[in-house]
Amino acid sequence: MKVSGAQALFKALEGEGVDIAFGIPGGAILPAYDPLIESGVRHVLCRHEQGAGHAAEGYAWATGKVGVAIATSGPGGCNLVTALADAKMDSVPIVAITGQVPTPAVGNDAFQEADITGITMPVTKHNFLVTDPGEVAETIREAFHIARTGRPGPVLVDLPKDVLVNETTWSWPDQVDLPGYRPTIKGNMRQVVEAAKLILEAKRPVLYVGGGVIKAEATEELYELATVGHLPVVTTLMARGAFPDAHELCLGMPGMHGVYTAVTAMQKADLLVAVGARFDDRVTGKLATFAPNAKIVHIDIDPAEIGKNRRADVPIVGDCKDVTAKLVAELTRRQDEAGIPDRSPWLEQLAAWRAEQPLRYDQEPDGPLKPQYAIERLRAHSDGDTIVVAGVGQHQMWASQFWSFEKPRTWINSGGLGTMGFAVPAALGAAAGQPDRRVIAIDGDGCFQMTSQELATSTTEKIPFVTAIINNAYLGMVRQWQELFYEERYSQVYLSYDVPDYVKLAEAYGAVGLRAERPEEVDAVIEKALSVDDRSVVIDFRCDANEMCFPMVPAGASNDDIITGPEGLQPQDDPAEAPIA
Amino acid sequence: MSLHTISVLVEDKPGVLTRVAGLFSARGYNIDSLAVGPTEAEGLSRMTIVVHVESKSLEQVTKQLNKLINVIKILEHEPGTAVERELMLAKVRAKGDARARVMEIAEVFRVSIVDVTKTTLTVEASGKPEKLEALRELLSEFGIVELSRTGRIALARGDRGIREKGGLRVARAVGAEDSPEWTGGGV
Repeated sequence: MKVSGAQALFKALEGEGVDIAFGIPGGAILPAYDPLIESGVRHVLCRHEQGAGHAAEGYAWATGKVGVAIATSGPGGCNLVTALADAKMDSVPIVAITGQVPTPAVGNDAFQEADITGITMPVTKHNFLVTDPGEVAETIREAFHIARTGRPGPVLVDLPKDVLVNETTWSWPDQVDLPGYRPTIKGNMRQVVEAAKLILEAKRPVLYVGGGVIKAEATEELYELATVGHLPVVTTLMARGAFPDAHELCLGMPGMHGVYTAVTAMQKADLLVAVGARFDDRVTGKLATFAPNAKIVHIDIDPAEIGKNRRADVPIVGDCKDVTAKLVAELTRRQDEAGIPDRSPWLEQLAAWRAEQPLRYDQEPDGPLKPQYAIERLRAHSDGDTIVVAGVGQHQMWASQFWSFEKPRTWINSGGLGTMGFAVPAALGAAAGQPDRRVIAIDGDGCFQMTSQELATSTTEKIPFVTAIINNAYLGMVRQWQELFYEERYSQVYLSYDVPDYVKLAEAYGAVGLRAERPEEVDAVIEKALSVDDRSVVIDFRCDANEMCFPMVPAGASNDDIITGPEGLQPQDDPAEAPIA
Repeated sequence: MSLHTISVLVEDKPGVLTRVAGLFSARGYNIDSLAVGPTEAEGLSRMTIVVHVESKSLEQVTKQLNKLINVIKILEHEPGTAVERELMLAKVRAKGDARARVMEIAEVFRVSIVDVTKTTLTVEASGKPEKLEALRELLSEFGIVELSRTGRIALARGDRGIREKGGLRVARAVGAEDSPEWTGGGV
């Protein structure tokens, strides 16, 4: 069968089970947008390519499937770069399809030409420039395979205009042949045995759970491991929801703004079992003083993560699902023989810390609205299936801290790259992928303004979600750092409460705009917002600009020096001690 | 910090050199030399990379290289376990007395004179990097007009090839399952 390269593209996308793609057409990608009309792929017309990229990410986070973004050459591809970098850092499987100037024009500085494979090489797992229409199907097949397997990540496929226009004979490869790509899936059993031995010997073990557990669909195995071994669990920012927050073994989020008990448990642990986590600087604080007495079992599908930051006593390369299941079996067998170790002193210690140092804030009835209160009330009005999306900053930390998660894939955020503007388009993608679920973007006012144009997409494409803006009139986290580490010398952080008027902006985009300024207004506004299901809703929570995010481990400091609240702040005497980002 | 020689078997595809070189610069590692060319197998190229890093960083280098989709296999050459060679061309000032002395040095080193002008001699030398270094040092006394070196290439000693299973010390994932199918690439 003769097909054009563009027809081959959509037949290949259908072959990969793609039901939705987010994108914007333009000159070089035009030939692809013609067969799109007849294809089985729903195209969501975004308002900015960055929005399309984050929407593809949100879709992938929420569904576990590969998200697809389409853009034209030059500026179209360049606008995808932030989303690709974000997906690379957070291991999100997306495939970006970009148009390119015709092959004879490549390298000639043609109109809307950019070397997008060159530009995106460091921010993709892999990328392709296709030069023959006969290679379109095979390349799409390989792109999806690379994106979704192993450690997932973004893949870009660049398609010159003539490759889309010219004809080829359709053929769909039975299998993918990538001799240099063989991810290690099965964990080494000898290493699993060593890990089980360490767990049985440990008096103060902690399961350090990262995003890889959710990517590997290993949350059931993880639950078994924790409960069979009586192992307390910390869930990183990437792993919120991998283990239920309400469970007695759950200590919450570790790291720079982590829960005191989670941070301190890792510091005092004699064994950390890291599952799909990468010892990121936001978790470890000063690496030299991180968990100084802990032995390390490190389970990850990416061998390069093992030993990168912290030496592992027992490294296990493999898929978290496979390795965790093996570890559960081995641990069960050994515990059946030798009994379950008595960990009650450790569990009692953790319970005591939890009671002494809960997350806290003060919402005075007559005082300004606290962001934590708004988020807690949102949670109280929502069920455990609700998908929460955040960008980066104070609002993200508060959302992670104060939302009680029950299930995996209910939390979506920009972790590694810390991308402002992530939440609104990612919520759009999540809502498109999970149309029967409630999606709430908890966003900052600074973040919201970077990508709010996708509210138009939400309205025209009928993909509704709720955006709760934690409006504190500032680039709040930057302000917090200036307050704490730059002697309250505020520099370029004030945004204003009422420019833009978020209620009017929402209405202009065809969404419902609501506002709460006082604590007693919060419940009514949330109830009203959640009663709307045919349109998007934007809630402008005008919050206390002075509220800071605690606990906090200052950048570069040891996790032992965690500050649990404003009363714990010490004046910074020596400027040389000032932390670096 | 020390010099390490690694052989990297890659698919002969556009952009592979950029991917490998970009990985080194992005992770902050310095390449001392890099030589690339075709191999015994069609579609495969072989890069010999000499890198100046600590052993721990070398582990990261090889693991990150392994993650590149077009990288098939990586081999770290332990000192003394490989035949390492390099080619050098040096255009040396050689007038009067110097002419005979340059030719004498070439003879001692068993290297060839491949171009002659009234004022210069061009020396072609191949051998171990240390030998070339010694030669360069001696020739520099006369004044070197220009010099070009290929960078090091290497093959492991013994009867096995890099593409064969087992036998060679292949940079591989610690803790990975010992699987006969394991060829070493990709994450």
